[in-house]
Amino acid sequence: MTQTSQTTADQVQSAKKAPAIGTRPAIEIIGMHKWYSDFHVLRDINLTVQDGERIVIAGPSGSGKSTLIRCVNRLEEHQEGQIIVNGVELTADLKRIDEVRREVGMVFQHFNLFPHLTILQNLTLAPIWVRGIPKVEAEATAMHYLERVKIPEQANKFPGQLSGGQQQRVAIARSLCMQPKIMLFDEPTSALDPEMVKEVLDVMISLAEEGMTMICVTHEMGFAHQVANRVIFMDQGQIIEQNEPEQFFFNPQHDRTKLFLSQILR
Amino acid sequence: MTNIGFVRSELIPAKPAPNRISGPMAWVQKNLFATPMDAVLTVFGMLFLLWIVPPLFNFVIGQAVGPSGTVEECRAVDAGACWAYIYNEMKFFIYGFFDIAEQWRPNIVFALGALLFVPLLIPKVPFKRVNAILFLLVYPAVSYILLAGGVFGLLEMPTQKWGGLLITLIISVVGITLSFPLGIVLALGRQSTLPVIKTLCVAFIELIRAVPLITILFMASIMLPLFMPQGTTMDKLLRALVGVTLFTSAYMAEVVRGGLQAIPRGQYEAGASLGLGYSQRMYFIILPQALKHVIPGIVNNFISLFKDTSLVYIVGMKDLLEAVKTKNDSALEWQSSNTATTGYLFAAMVFWIFCFSMSRYSIFMERRLNTGHKR
Repeated sequence: MTQTSQTTADQVQSAKKAPAIGTRPAIEIIGMHKWYSDFHVLRDINLTVQDGERIVIAGPSGSGKSTLIRCVNRLEEHQEGQIIVNGVELTADLKRIDEVRREVGMVFQHFNLFPHLTILQNLTLAPIWVRGIPKVEAEATAMHYLERVKIPEQANKFPGQLSGGQQQRVAIARSLCMQPKIMLFDEPTSALDPEMVKEVLDVMISLAEEGMTMICVTHEMGFAHQVANRVIFMDQGQIIEQNEPEQFFFNPQHDRTKLFLSQILR
Repeated sequence: MTNIGFVRSELIPAKPAPNRISGPMAWVQKNLFATPMDAVLTVFGMLFLLWIVPPLFNFVIGQAVGPSGTVEECRAVDAGACWAYIYNEMKFFIYGFFDIAEQWRPNIVFALGALLFVPLLIPKVPFKRVNAILFLLVYPAVSYILLAGGVFGLLEMPTQKWGGLLITLIISVVGITLSFPLGIVLALGRQSTLPVIKTLCVAFIELIRAVPLITILFMASIMLPLFMPQGTTMDKLLRALVGVTLFTSAYMAEVVRGGLQAIPRGQYEAGASLGLGYSQRMYFIILPQALKHVIPGIVNNFISLFKDTSLVYIVGMKDLLEAVKTKNDSALEWQSSNTATTGYLFAAMVFWIFCFSMSRYSIFMERRLNTGHKR
């Protein structure tokens, strides 16, 4: 146990050493509302994420966390308000949507690797066909990121042959191959066996250390505490509290936050 | 105190599995006589085979008249199948009324088809793209020129003269290669979020599926000319091709849609989040998986298309079955009690060989593509 807390402390140190947050907003969400037919899922969301900022979104299930980050790359459509990503406003215009998606990587709860393609093909598909990078170069980049997530030896296997943790690391590498400016993580460790959570979190921590702009929906409060610049708490489709992790965890303001924290931090 | 808990002090290595009892006796016991009911079924099965196989064998091989036989032998009381009849009329069964002196033309078409199609089926053969272009674009044009003639000094051969296996293969190959992509387009259209496209696709599929193929062929051959301006003629074969293709594509669309529905939403989302556009997502991610799921259904459609080609007799064309029937009825010099049976048996065997090959190939393809869900 002491070993773990030791490394954790080191990681906290290094995470805090991450490059300073920029002053250019990477994502601006202004007065955004979303409905699923009649159900008001997201209500008046206002959120600005600066370049290099690392944000963790927490909250009970059904509070709209996932829906919120899925709006950022328009996997979900919002009905009111504005979402501006890297200076591009998301509208029904498909060109803009693709422009935003090229620069925003996303990691899903269930990995969503392409099961009929090898790991290497999973990683090179988008760089080749979206970015127009030559195959050889795309493969070199892919191997670079596979080494980063520590599974270069799996390059020619199929996703079904990998463990959950390995698949999720491949999914992260797949997003990184597009060299995105922003990474969205939608509960990346929720579908993993407990033994595999750490290997995925380690990759995410190292990304944070490099100054990647990140928004993570996660229940890993330890990770949030270590890595986040800001923790956002959502309930009933609204942001009801946001603060620095230290304040958020040890001095929550809202009653709902206190209840939530008391239930997950025992 | 006795030790109630068992804890392993060191992990044991994996052992080889115990030998299973094998040998013919064990197999018979396990598969044929495992329970009294099994034993009864086995005995009945054996009796059924004894009842059906020897007469069948005698008819097809034992007492059959070989290719070099004469009609007198076929007319003998105890004669079996009259293969001499098939052998002598083979040209008609294959080419229909195609002029005998010109039958080298369909022969080239057959040979060229095999030469281009077989390598396309074998995964290891290289140059798939060139091969596919040759087969899909160049081959049809060359075949048409060769068969129809009228240019390059080739004698003109109207499609009314084409027949037999030639017609069966033309309709099924063209029908399969056109209805498959058309079906995919219809299936994607049916899932479209654009209301006009969706409605058109749904209307087309539901209309065509709700009508028997015979009706479509009838409409194509009898009704269509009525709507056309006076004097325009549309080739009968072309009409049949259009009818069969549209009919099969509607079915194909529904099969493909089944496959599309089996693909989790996450696959679409992962593709989208990487910035892949709609057509790239479909082509690289969704369709390869969806089509793999529905290979049995697709091949089912191919097989029924192949057999349905025999319905073109409705519009007056002589496909293989109709050619056989024509000879059965009109080849007086081969008249015997077994002539017609032999003719139909021959047609059935040809159909079976083609359909069974398609079935086996599809199983091979399924195995080969089964990489994704391997655990």
